[in-house]
Amino acid sequence: MTIPANVRSLLSGNGPKWALVALIDLALLYVIALLYFQGEVLFPLTLLVLGSLGTWIFTNKRGYSYRYVYPCLLGIMMFIVFPLVYTFSISFTNYGSANILSLERVKEIHLNKQVKNGEHSYTLALFQQNDQFQLQLTDKNDKNSIYTSDAFVLNGDPVEVNARLGADAEGNKLSMREVVQQRSALGSVAVNLAGDTRLVMSSLREFSAMAPQYREEKNDNLVEINTGKVIRPDMTTGFYVTDSGERVAPGFSVYVGGENYERLINDKGIREPFFKIFVWTIVFSAGSVLFCLVIGLLLANLMQWEPLKERAIYRVLLILPYAVPAFISILIFKGLFNQNFGEINMILEGLFGISPEWMTDPTFARTMILIVNTWLGYPYMMIVCMGLLKAIPDDLYEASAIDGANPIHNLLYITLPNIAKPLAPILIASFAFNFNNFVLIDLLTAGGPMMAGTTTEAGFTDLLVNFTFRTAFVAGQDFGLASAIATMIFLIVGFISWVNLRATRSSQEY
Amino acid sequence: MAMVQPRNLQYRVWAARIIMILLLCLVMFPFLMIISVSFRTGNFATGSLIPDNPSLEHWAMVLGFEYTTADGTVIKPTFPVLTWLWNSLKVSFTTSALILMLSTTGAYAFARLRFRFKNHLLTSMMILQMFPAVLALVAFHAFFNKLGGVVPWLGLNTHSALVMSYLGGITMHIWLIKGYFESIDVALEESAYIDGATPWQAFRHILLPLSVPILAVVFVLSFIGVIGEYPIASVLLQGVDQLTLAVGMKQFLYAQNYLWGDFAAAAILTGMPITVVFLMAQRYLVNGLTAGGVKG
Repeated sequence: MTIPANVRSLLSGNGPKWALVALIDLALLYVIALLYFQGEVLFPLTLLVLGSLGTWIFTNKRGYSYRYVYPCLLGIMMFIVFPLVYTFSISFTNYGSANILSLERVKEIHLNKQVKNGEHSYTLALFQQNDQFQLQLTDKNDKNSIYTSDAFVLNGDPVEVNARLGADAEGNKLSMREVVQQRSALGSVAVNLAGDTRLVMSSLREFSAMAPQYREEKNDNLVEINTGKVIRPDMTTGFYVTDSGERVAPGFSVYVGGENYERLINDKGIREPFFKIFVWTIVFSAGSVLFCLVIGLLLANLMQWEPLKERAIYRVLLILPYAVPAFISILIFKGLFNQNFGEINMILEGLFGISPEWMTDPTFARTMILIVNTWLGYPYMMIVCMGLLKAIPDDLYEASAIDGANPIHNLLYITLPNIAKPLAPILIASFAFNFNNFVLIDLLTAGGPMMAGTTTEAGFTDLLVNFTFRTAFVAGQDFGLASAIATMIFLIVGFISWVNLRATRSSQEY
Repeated sequence: MAMVQPRNLQYRVWAARIIMILLLCLVMFPFLMIISVSFRTGNFATGSLIPDNPSLEHWAMVLGFEYTTADGTVIKPTFPVLTWLWNSLKVSFTTSALILMLSTTGAYAFARLRFRFKNHLLTSMMILQMFPAVLALVAFHAFFNKLGGVVPWLGLNTHSALVMSYLGGITMHIWLIKGYFESIDVALEESAYIDGATPWQAFRHILLPLSVPILAVVFVLSFIGVIGEYPIASVLLQGVDQLTLAVGMKQFLYAQNYLWGDFAAAAILTGMPITVVFLMAQRYLVNGLTAGGVKG
């Protein structure tokens, strides 16, 4: 690519760089400010720190080396570290479907609430002539005062029209049904009467003068204008409450301390399913690793066995389950295991006259999950073991053959001891992967069948991650509790990683 | 090889062969079944492995055509599978390109430059990689929900949010590229420095052209990873037309709307290319996966 000399001199100078950095910083500051005014703290603070760090690195000579690392670290900070910290901080709030907004937004909603003001309300009639509409408003208390508005276009955009006493409306009067069809467009029409009264739609048949329900006082308190009653934000429950303690929805999210963790420990309806799910998660992960390892190791041995001439073909076919995207093969199994139309039950019915309830019986469901996961996971173990087996010197087997050992002896006394150490970190990583195997469960059983008598929904085949997901997105949107459970999983995963790191070190020493 | 062979070798080989073939039947069963199902008539039809009266209705549906059956009824496409495929390709392509840019520059610094905290950064990246994004789904949801309030094109149900959320998963790629860079002789770059090149020029004009093979591998690996990603996409995307394949495919198998045949055709159409690409890149993938565990 050729670049004209004058452009090149401009590009090599620092002018464009400074302009670019300034532009990015300005945009970033704008976003940070907006987020901050929405009542966020952690999020804009992170952006601010990362933004300033980036600015320093890209403008200072001493940061030169970091210019190459910064972009990838930014990705890791924003989308691995920050989500972890953010989850941890949400676990101390009541953030959830009932308390999803910030205090500022809730206050704004209350301040935007309108109530009927004054005694007068007006029955409406709508007239149409071509695409022009006119409103005729009759005072409910005084049938003789009928106001007619000027003509306007009804298309959903906000309109202000004047209305006069005693003017005639032109065109056809619309039926109630036709008026109802126009109700959302009518909602954005405001009618000004003589004497400064401004009317808006207050119900399907009426227009009335409206005024805000609340006005703001100090300390975020709100005063109901008509009654003078005060509602105050309760920073422990996250709702505005009246003096008598009634909550006024919607709620806002507040820090509730360790409440979510207390629920996890004290509420029997959460603690029991949590514990059951935890045990199943361990059984599932350990079982998956064990089955995949046994099958994978045996197949790897067969694949290395010279007398089996056609083993290259077997190998490609055996790897297939690993090559097909998981979201497709899991769903294929979901269909095959279907109790009513599934092919597996059809075959079992034909051969043995049984049709297990794969989707509704907890034990069968768990068995099915282990079968499917073994099918999905053994190729990886096979590939890994094949690599490790190659590293074992052939003369060991040669020597054992001379001594008359059979294949079982070879496996127990030569193969296993030789691959144990390098295999350990891989097994632990595989355990950790299955511990969080969200996709398998979510696509295959979605956690079902459901447990009975729990406070939040829980399924017999849920793993801890699926339980978190269910608490957060399926049943009730309790983000606070879900984050508390997720934090517990962080600790477990952290522990597993620590063990893994030690296993890796010891395998390197070997 | 002069291995001492047992006398009954022939029997053992045949036993192994029979076991292998039985096992392969089990392994291949789902694939053969799904191919058969995709040609059956209707969504509840049962039958033998080779369909009795084959029909192309499911394939027509997947490709977005209307299909007229023998008795004249018209079957309309149920889900926009091709739109999902396009979404998946778009997201995977953009993400992989960005990931390639981030991890190449990062790997260069870790392989060649000297700076403080280098080893600390490498170790912490290794540990952080063990916390999968699926643990922080609530945070991702809240994060993009709030960001969307300020920057609408980065809110929930946008592809740009999805692409951004994938940019954290680059540790494995950094390791892979770093290892490759380290296998290239430093002398080439040093001679460039002598001629007055800056580190950026040495990187851009010497190291990068030499590393095209590994860059291609990383691109393909990240592409495969993203196109099959399910958890984050299922949380961030909501509208039917916004879904990626991984999220959309399960819509075929809801109990109240069970479209087994349509699913089969869609699964083959979308699964085939990914599988082929995977088989070609498989060698490198396994190397990459084990590299982390072994190099530590």
